[in-house]
Amino acid sequence: MRALALVALALLLGQTAARAEVPGVCGVASNLVDSDFGLALTAKAIAKKTLTIVVIGAGSSTLPGADAKAYPARLQAALTTQLPGVEVKVHADVKPGRTASESIKPIISELAALHPALIVWQAGTVDAMRSVDLDEFSAALDKGIDAAHAAGSDVVLINAQYSPRTESIIALGTYADNMRWVALRHDIPLFDRYSIMKLWGELGTFDFTTATKKLDMAEHVHDCIGQLLAELVVSAAKSFMAPPPGVR
Amino acid sequence: MPPVKTERDLRLDLFRGIALWLIFLDHIPSNAVSWITIRNYGFSDATEIFVFISGYTAAFVYGRAMQANGLVVAGARILKRAWQIYIAHIFLFAIYLAEIGYVSQTFDNPLYSEEMGILNFMQHPDITIMQAMLLKFKPVNMDVLPLYIVLLLGFTPALWLLLRAPTIALASSALLYVLMWQFDWSVPAYPDGTWAFNPFAWQLLFVFGAWCALGGAKRLSYWINSPVVLAAAIAYLLFAFFIAMTWYIPKLGIYVPHVVSDTIYPIDKANLDVLRIAHFLSLAVVTVRLVPRDWQALKSPIFRPAIICGQHSLEVFCLGVFLSFAGHFVFTEISDRLPVQIAVSFAGIAIMVGAAMLVSWYRRIERGGSGPRPPAQMPGLVGGDA
Repeated sequence: MRALALVALALLLGQTAARAEVPGVCGVASNLVDSDFGLALTAKAIAKKTLTIVVIGAGSSTLPGADAKAYPARLQAALTTQLPGVEVKVHADVKPGRTASESIKPIISELAALHPALIVWQAGTVDAMRSVDLDEFSAALDKGIDAAHAAGSDVVLINAQYSPRTESIIALGTYADNMRWVALRHDIPLFDRYSIMKLWGELGTFDFTTATKKLDMAEHVHDCIGQLLAELVVSAAKSFMAPPPGVR
Repeated sequence: MPPVKTERDLRLDLFRGIALWLIFLDHIPSNAVSWITIRNYGFSDATEIFVFISGYTAAFVYGRAMQANGLVVAGARILKRAWQIYIAHIFLFAIYLAEIGYVSQTFDNPLYSEEMGILNFMQHPDITIMQAMLLKFKPVNMDVLPLYIVLLLGFTPALWLLLRAPTIALASSALLYVLMWQFDWSVPAYPDGTWAFNPFAWQLLFVFGAWCALGGAKRLSYWINSPVVLAAAIAYLLFAFFIAMTWYIPKLGIYVPHVVSDTIYPIDKANLDVLRIAHFLSLAVVTVRLVPRDWQALKSPIFRPAIICGQHSLEVFCLGVFLSFAGHFVFTEISDRLPVQIAVSFAGIAIMVGAAMLVSWYRRIERGGSGPRPPAQMPGLVGGDA
């Protein structure tokens, strides 16, 4: 419903800004991909023609047995197309069942090993499932973001998936709210995967309630997420392309 | 000891009934109709209303019992109530287990490999059921009842003190709240984390409600009627409204200065953030202005459905939790198109009202069977619960 309200409000405010359109079915959620906060260091890396991104996440950043089709790989493919001449590398450090506080160690070691321009951090689902203390959850996010910023990397947060079948069992709400607040406080973009998928569900783009063992729908969803995420990264970096330098 | 007022304030039933409806709407996941609920427009939500009014009515009902029949009898009645709520909680937990069992049997999708891990706890039903009976396992959306149970368990001494030294009682409650923040007191939950509503925090609103019922509201009337307070309340509500809008329209976020966002976030629901209390109090100040106690319309049939729900809050709350499961089931199994969402929301409220009327009728015939009670003794209790 938030997605719906967002769309309605966006229309009301006439802020359906024109964007680089993501083609195909996933494009319907383009206006939920917001980038008020820029990605200065990513812009710098794009200008230098090598962009290294590390995705830190848990189970919903993978596809069982098909990681080449999961959104981190799709992000790399989409960015390579959108940024011709730039060498894009997306490295995924993902592990099912990982909480936000368990992600800090891998973030620090990936920062040291790869010096990425951007950390894409997917969080929220496992913390909600294990009902981790909310203070602990947002403190962990703060810590990870501060570590990335100190090491010279931008951060984009990704919230939980929209999962209608488990909605009455996993309370994502407060964790999603906290992620939103953390992103606002740090002036970093939040990729609102939850609202985007919700909108797809409402519009019938995907049917998330189908029981299946097949991967095709999951692959399609991850492909769309990868494309929209690429759109967010590029548009957030673009605000720094003609740079007022050293901003954040 | 000040005498406890004898006439039930219908506004309490009205707003508790409305709060129960809002809680129901909020509890159906992904319900489009829930955009009307107050949590989307500020810091506090229907839980604050529910807890405050529950404290108010508990003091109203048991305060009189304590004055008439003494500490032991009133305490015993409070414990009986807590026991009823405990049974209701276990009943809801059984429904919750059935829901989880159903999802784990029927749903599988590689997109949700992570989320399905939540069903692993079904491998240890013995532990989970034990923990639920100890109120440590917290099923989604069922956090209010355990809070209510604990609040009632501690209510006998609180009420005793409230009747003798209301100011000291309220100050002690506030002190407990402050100590909770200072020392991070909370109630552990299973398998991780803490209770979704920290009783050390939420007791403040419950006791404040009770304090208001026992003459506090009268003492506050100077402040409530002050135009300065009203203006401050309205200003605060507008501020909260604007902040809430930035959650849904991130573009507005740039107008929030960093000093402000650093100060207000996170807005802690579990520990009843001060911002939430202030928001609830502001709402209360404005509401009391708009809806005077003797407002004739309160007796009109339009408000009857909400009032009757508010008078049978336990039954209606439990039914609401069940109906929110059922509503979610309809969304995932049949359709979640907007018209269905609206129909489910209204049907749920209609069922809640119907059930409340049924309970009311039962009370009447049961009372009739055991001989009529002298109305002078318990006029406010007719059809009403704590």
